[in-house]
Amino acid sequence: MPEQPDQSEQPDQSEQPDQSEQPDQSEQPNAAVEPGPGHRFAPDTEWRRVSPKYLVVEVIGSIITTAIIVAALLVAFSLWGLWWTPWAAGAVALIAVVAIAFEPRRVRSIGYRLREDDLLFRRGIMFQRQVAVPYGRMQLVDITRGPVARALGLADLKFVTAAAATAVTVPGIPEAEADRLRDELVALAESRRAGL
Amino acid sequence: MSGAAPAKPAVDLADGEWHRLHPASPLLRGGLVFIAIAGFVIANLRERVVEFFLVIFAPGQLDDGFGEWSDENDWGRDPIGGIVANNLVGWALLAVLLVVVLVIVGFWLSWRMHTFRVTPEAVEVRSGILFRSHRSARLDRIQGINITRPVFARLFGAAKLEVQVAGQSGNMQLSYLGSSLTDGLRRDILRLASGARATTQSPAPAVALPSVAAGETLAEPLPGLAQPAGPAAAPGTGPATIGSRAGAIVGQRVDEFLAPELDPELAPPESVVHIPVGRIVGSTLLGGAALWMLALAGIVIVGVVSRQLWMLFTFVPAAIGIVSYFWSRITKSLRYSIAGTPDGVRVGYGLLSTANHTLPPGRIHAVEATQWVFWRPFGWWSVRINVAGQSVTSGAEAAQRTLVLPVGTAGDVQRVIALLLPEAAEGGPVAAQIGSGLTGRAGLDGDRFSITPKRGAWLHPFSWRRIGWAASDGIALLRRGSLVRRLVLVPLARMQSVALSAGPLRRGLGLAELRLHTVTGPVVPTLPIIEREAGDALFTHLAGEAVERANDDRSQHWGREAADA
Repeated sequence: MPEQPDQSEQPDQSEQPDQSEQPDQSEQPNAAVEPGPGHRFAPDTEWRRVSPKYLVVEVIGSIITTAIIVAALLVAFSLWGLWWTPWAAGAVALIAVVAIAFEPRRVRSIGYRLREDDLLFRRGIMFQRQVAVPYGRMQLVDITRGPVARALGLADLKFVTAAAATAVTVPGIPEAEADRLRDELVALAESRRAGL
Repeated sequence: MSGAAPAKPAVDLADGEWHRLHPASPLLRGGLVFIAIAGFVIANLRERVVEFFLVIFAPGQLDDGFGEWSDENDWGRDPIGGIVANNLVGWALLAVLLVVVLVIVGFWLSWRMHTFRVTPEAVEVRSGILFRSHRSARLDRIQGINITRPVFARLFGAAKLEVQVAGQSGNMQLSYLGSSLTDGLRRDILRLASGARATTQSPAPAVALPSVAAGETLAEPLPGLAQPAGPAAAPGTGPATIGSRAGAIVGQRVDEFLAPELDPELAPPESVVHIPVGRIVGSTLLGGAALWMLALAGIVIVGVVSRQLWMLFTFVPAAIGIVSYFWSRITKSLRYSIAGTPDGVRVGYGLLSTANHTLPPGRIHAVEATQWVFWRPFGWWSVRINVAGQSVTSGAEAAQRTLVLPVGTAGDVQRVIALLLPEAAEGGPVAAQIGSGLTGRAGLDGDRFSITPKRGAWLHPFSWRRIGWAASDGIALLRRGSLVRRLVLVPLARMQSVALSAGPLRRGLGLAELRLHTVTGPVVPTLPIIEREAGDALFTHLAGEAVERANDDRSQHWGREAADA
């Protein structure tokens, strides 16, 4: 039987990361801040926030949703005269106003950070969530653009692993940055590819 | 035996050539349905068919059976009468014949066109008559190989081999293959997948031949058994050889039928776990379905007492469902065996229909031992796993596959986990922690898990003492639940991501929730309560160690290491 064509699989895994990371390391002298395992070179960025313009996307989104619900309730009132519908509409509007008031803080709470071996993502002020996704685990990186986000030149970056629960979507990244980040992460994922 | 081996040179199914399936496959896959339909039709029209033949063969005796048929509206109610009355008998016979011929030709064609091959890179299947499909599964993505032998297939000496790959609909079925060849094929696929191919390529044919020989030795004693009967019945005549050959085939079938689930040639014969029948029955009766049974019994009693007998009949379907659930669970747990082989853990079970699954090393993403409250007095546990390519919704067969140990003692759980996760082998730190993980809780002597702060009782008043974690040797152990005790083990080398979250309640109490994300399956590794600072530390620790372990993990190509060594 002939020799196997994929004999280079393992050397790839061990050599490529070193070559690709060495230039990064010279640009990032503050890599030692990260308390991770110190024997590899870190392309660590500090926490990055999403674009402030993403606030507009969120606000417009909640205004549209609220408007639809309020309109539906008011239509129900005018058609069938259900007494509680105006109150419900008022309550929904009030909640929406409060939510929009907190929106700037919520958007500011969204952050991501590229560490040497994994991506950290956090969001939420009331319901806080923090996720670490190793690059080698990423199955694909997805870019989506909603209509409002597209008008503002923003995009969402979604990371998919073999686990459905990972559910990491970094919203509100400028399009050029999103494309660059996607290529960078795909390359990282390819160089660190482990098994499933 | 050396004479028999060259006689069947094409038996090595993994030689990279295209092979066909067992000739009875179409019959086993779709033919039974066809026969059932034919039987149904005949049973329903039996009387008419009898009369029909009376008409043909004894026209004189025609009574008024067909005289009633007059109106063309009766076609739907009495098609055979209609055929006779309109003198269409010949056409009808021709149509039936045509359908039968078409079906047989279709089956034959589908058998001809359904081929597979195993190359050093992939398993490939080509099928379809009009719409050809060609699927190929990369060997290094194989998550497991399942062999099932349904009752009917076993009668034909056939078995179904399923190659499980990651992805929701990616499983490749080879149904059906010759039963004795299937085990050899599985071993060859796993050997190719193990990555040991480059170095062991030359001894490989030598390894393959003994398996053929093993198939022959199975058959060999059987003609010997049949011979005393053969010559005694008709000595020295031609039919004797046919009779003895038929006897040999029947004997081989019987032998295969009674053979142990695990081929002793391929696996250590003794299973590490033995489940007594009493325990299977008892655990099933005391399982989750026991509640339904109690409810049903209550309804029956109420119905009898209040003389509302009609109530009983409305629950007949439910009763049938419960009984069939019990039956299938019990028969599927009978003859259960689990053993480690060089190419992974093999789990076999089944009484009439048998099945066995081989899980290659490095494919298990999470392991969970569960004890439901009714099982606690007996110390029974069950073990489930998460493997890739297993969707949650895909029915009972998949659920059965993820259930590695239907019921066992704590000692059985230790042994099974040691097989599934080599890091948890006896004597290591993980094995020591499993004991605490199963039955322990904070405050007990020698408990090796973290301690949950008492304020966690606000969220989990009954089980907060049970909640805890431990980690060593690249395995994270999460323990929780008191009504249903759970211990989850996650090999960090295969963890997908980790999340720490806290809602308003948990934040107010200075607590958080930690989740390890693995591939989808019945096991959800979560730690509902952990102190905030400890949670941050554990999050960082797990995220870092997962990367390290994944980099060092070579179990995907388990054979390569052995070949290098």
